[in-house]
Amino acid sequence: MEYILKNGIVYDPANNIAGEKKDVMFKDGKIVEQVSSDAKVLDVTDKIVMPAGVDPHAHIAGPKLVVGRIYRPEDSRKGVTSKKGVCRSESGFSIPSCPATGYRYSRMGYGTVTEAAVPPLEAKHTHEEIMAIPNVDVTPLPLFGNNWFVLQWAKEGKIDEIAAFVASWLRIVKGYGIKIVNPCGTEAWGWGGNVHGIDDPVPYFDVTAREVVRALAQANEKLGLPHSIHVHPNDLGHPGNYPTTVNTLDCVKDIAKNGSKRNQTIHLTHAQFHSYAGTSWRDVESGAKEVADYINNNKHVTCDIGQVTLDETTTMTADGPMEFDLHELNGLKWANKDIELETGSGIVPFIYSGKAPVPSFQWGVGLELFLRIKDPWQVCLTTDHPNAGPFIRYPRIISWLMSNERRQEMMDNGEVRVWSYKRTGLGTLDREYDFNEIATITRASAAKIYGYQDRGELTPGYNADIAVYDINPNDIDPSKEPAAIEHAFGNAMYTIKDGQILVKDGEVVKVVPSHTIWTDVKGFEEQEKTVMEEVMPTFRRFYTVKFENYQVQDHFTPNPIVTEVQAGK
Amino acid sequence: MAYEPPVTDYDEIVENGTCAFCGCNCDDLDFLVKDGHVVGVRHACRLGASKVMEDMDQRLLVPMIRDENGELQEVDWDTALDKAAELIANAVRPIFYGWSETSIETMKHGIRLGELVGAVLDNQATICHGPSLQAVQNVGYPVATLGEIKNRADMIVYTGSNPMNSHPRHLSRYSTFPRGWFRQRGRFDRTLVTMDPKYSDTAKMSDIWIGFEQNGDYGFYNAIRAALRGKEIDQDFVSGIPKEDIMELAEAMKNVQFGALYFGLGLTHTLSKQRNIDMAIEMLADLNKYTKWVLTPMRGHFNVNGFNIFMAYEMGFPYGVDFCRGYPRYMNGETNTIDLLTRKECDVFMVIAADPGAHYPGGAVKHLAEIPVIQVDIHWGPSTEIADVVLPGSFIGVECAGTSYRMDGVPIHMKKAVDKPETCRDDEWIIRELHERVQKIKAEEAAVASK
Repeated sequence: MEYILKNGIVYDPANNIAGEKKDVMFKDGKIVEQVSSDAKVLDVTDKIVMPAGVDPHAHIAGPKLVVGRIYRPEDSRKGVTSKKGVCRSESGFSIPSCPATGYRYSRMGYGTVTEAAVPPLEAKHTHEEIMAIPNVDVTPLPLFGNNWFVLQWAKEGKIDEIAAFVASWLRIVKGYGIKIVNPCGTEAWGWGGNVHGIDDPVPYFDVTAREVVRALAQANEKLGLPHSIHVHPNDLGHPGNYPTTVNTLDCVKDIAKNGSKRNQTIHLTHAQFHSYAGTSWRDVESGAKEVADYINNNKHVTCDIGQVTLDETTTMTADGPMEFDLHELNGLKWANKDIELETGSGIVPFIYSGKAPVPSFQWGVGLELFLRIKDPWQVCLTTDHPNAGPFIRYPRIISWLMSNERRQEMMDNGEVRVWSYKRTGLGTLDREYDFNEIATITRASAAKIYGYQDRGELTPGYNADIAVYDINPNDIDPSKEPAAIEHAFGNAMYTIKDGQILVKDGEVVKVVPSHTIWTDVKGFEEQEKTVMEEVMPTFRRFYTVKFENYQVQDHFTPNPIVTEVQAGK
Repeated sequence: MAYEPPVTDYDEIVENGTCAFCGCNCDDLDFLVKDGHVVGVRHACRLGASKVMEDMDQRLLVPMIRDENGELQEVDWDTALDKAAELIANAVRPIFYGWSETSIETMKHGIRLGELVGAVLDNQATICHGPSLQAVQNVGYPVATLGEIKNRADMIVYTGSNPMNSHPRHLSRYSTFPRGWFRQRGRFDRTLVTMDPKYSDTAKMSDIWIGFEQNGDYGFYNAIRAALRGKEIDQDFVSGIPKEDIMELAEAMKNVQFGALYFGLGLTHTLSKQRNIDMAIEMLADLNKYTKWVLTPMRGHFNVNGFNIFMAYEMGFPYGVDFCRGYPRYMNGETNTIDLLTRKECDVFMVIAADPGAHYPGGAVKHLAEIPVIQVDIHWGPSTEIADVVLPGSFIGVECAGTSYRMDGVPIHMKKAVDKPETCRDDEWIIRELHERVQKIKAEEAAVASK
């Protein structure tokens, strides 16, 4: 089937196309240069055309999510809709059900989402949920930052072993890259503790976050994985944590990059939660300037923000100790889920109210980071869904970024408290994103950061993943019309995935199964074999499942997209 | 118990099979297979082994329909499936109950069928750990996988649960006896505590038994919480336990390195029901101010947790999900099976891999006897006696593969070891067939209506 999207105004940052009126053509699911005269014409005259959105960090599938859904029926009830047309019923606001997750991303013009924390032992569960999510492809990132094998080898500086272990484990659990969450801290939570800063050794293993992050970064570059290490540093959400963040980023500065497409060797996730100065919640100040300055001066770093959206949400992270602290702080129900030999996690509901000082402050810090980081290729739009807010708020964040007037209005009329500008630098920043920068932070930069070679651009040969939004960029002043911007980005005129029209005029018209994107490392087989011989005796003694039943069998990924990597190339 | 010599006469061993009995889902079983039957099981407990080996005992082998004389008559698969599909398609308030002893793959077809006809989907949680889930929704859910406990725990508490009888390998494979990374001496490195009115088999082998009064759970955990928070306990005895003992116990629990609390139906089904568990969970949260504690409900069926997980990721609610209005509804006391049956709302009941005839209260079973019941199961049981259509399934983890979730949420792919009896079908196939047949009936109805 051939299609031509006619007369749209195209934003394709990867190809340096910024608001050009041109046609986009695709055939059999791929972007092409030419189509025949039989091609079906979709008239999108003067509408915004972009590659489909790419979300670099969200929690949408897996054991944490399900604990959230089981223990928060009050959240599930918020988003209930009847089955309609091709769609099944939806439920949930901050933790939508799997079908709802797919439909909602699709309606916003998104095509690819990263599931950012997969405990390897329960990877099958994540894959089952990915199977239940339609319309978006999912990239799972397994957790390695508190894995006992990794901790021991990091202590001994055995990079080859870690590299071989990562290569094996990505294949065993069908994962894409290395996720690190509160390195050493989550292991300390196994004893109810935490680590503070990157040089605080974890009990028993006696290794520091600095050693773990460096070792995994070295292993990552040794293998030449498409994505860099994806790091949630220590001290999340603690006033005065920005030095930890900067030190974490700086500790891998000397490690040479080995990946064809990306520029970075470390991706800092939900930077907003890691950019606080001060010593306590009384005297907290924004550390966004320091973190943004570091990012501006260092090309080996990329980040996503984790913007607070001022909603009631459900926080969930593999940072178990942080969640218990949060429960102590807000008194809401606490869930915890520790995973043997690998990681932990916690879940606590949270109400980010603009009427309260701290959420207002966090809202300000997030926006400050967006506005201070100069190169849009180094930053991505996320809410760390559902931690700082649900992903359905992305269009609203876009409207904030494009309108200084709206931001000032919120600060003036009390929608957010004074801490939003008194404790941050937000009030002094009048930068406004343009559509090309929005296209960068919502699709192009994320695709580049992940090293995707088939999406995030409208390059011929790439997947025909395209979003069309019903606004004429030459006829709107985003600064004055934030509501129109939010509505347009929330209700795509077309969402096209692999050449199929999934959404038309904000309604899902077609449902397709999702793909699972994972990395298969080649050329490291010998080292992998050796390392498995070392791993297996420990595995057999200390896990509670057999290795045969630990692996993710092929039928859990019925639609895989396998990224083959030649180790070291 | 007479001595039984080991089984030596077998053709092959299928290793790493999974036990389809309790929530432990032990996945280290060796099935000894001879002539297409499992003649011996290694590593399993007696409960698991007997379930696997006596699979042909009272086995349902052929589809049956109850005739006008009230006798079940053998029929072919088409007839039975058509009859069941017709009942489901014409039902006003159908309930699909069970699911805890079948695979996630089967549930996937079940939920589609339920959405199509507006059924209530519910599982055994509604009569066992439902109060636990309510408590989880009230106050939280601090859990850990079984291996965390094996590797770290130096105090194990069982309350309202007697795993020596109900989950026989729980202590030996996961919690108490095994040598863990930080507990190299296994049992000797751990303190085992049983809190239970009964001096159960688990209590007999525990280091400490606290035999509080029946229905004393709520008061007892409250008192521990008070002690943990440094409050004075006014009464000399709380739930029959001297206050000094409570203070001492609270102190001991505070001073472990890693504690694990497992609770069973003894907590969920005594006087204060979910409030008992509220209190136990809040006690855990209090303990975590001092040291590390986690808890896990002792789930019974091997995939009872799986259904709750499955429903939550598909529709946002764990059990008792009602689709009659075209969207999922979950309201305890309103959309649960027992309530619907005792209110006589349900008009067609399908039971998949469960035995309501044996487990339900009398009033509910009475209504079941009055309405059409479709049974998908592998064994003859009380539910067969009230069934109007019987569809013989196959044995997950032995005769067909499938996914299940252990009590701690670890997913396990249960593989196939032997072929099923020729006349039986896989549960997944049966429910898919029903879905397709009901779809066809609905499409025909719609076509007639539009003319």
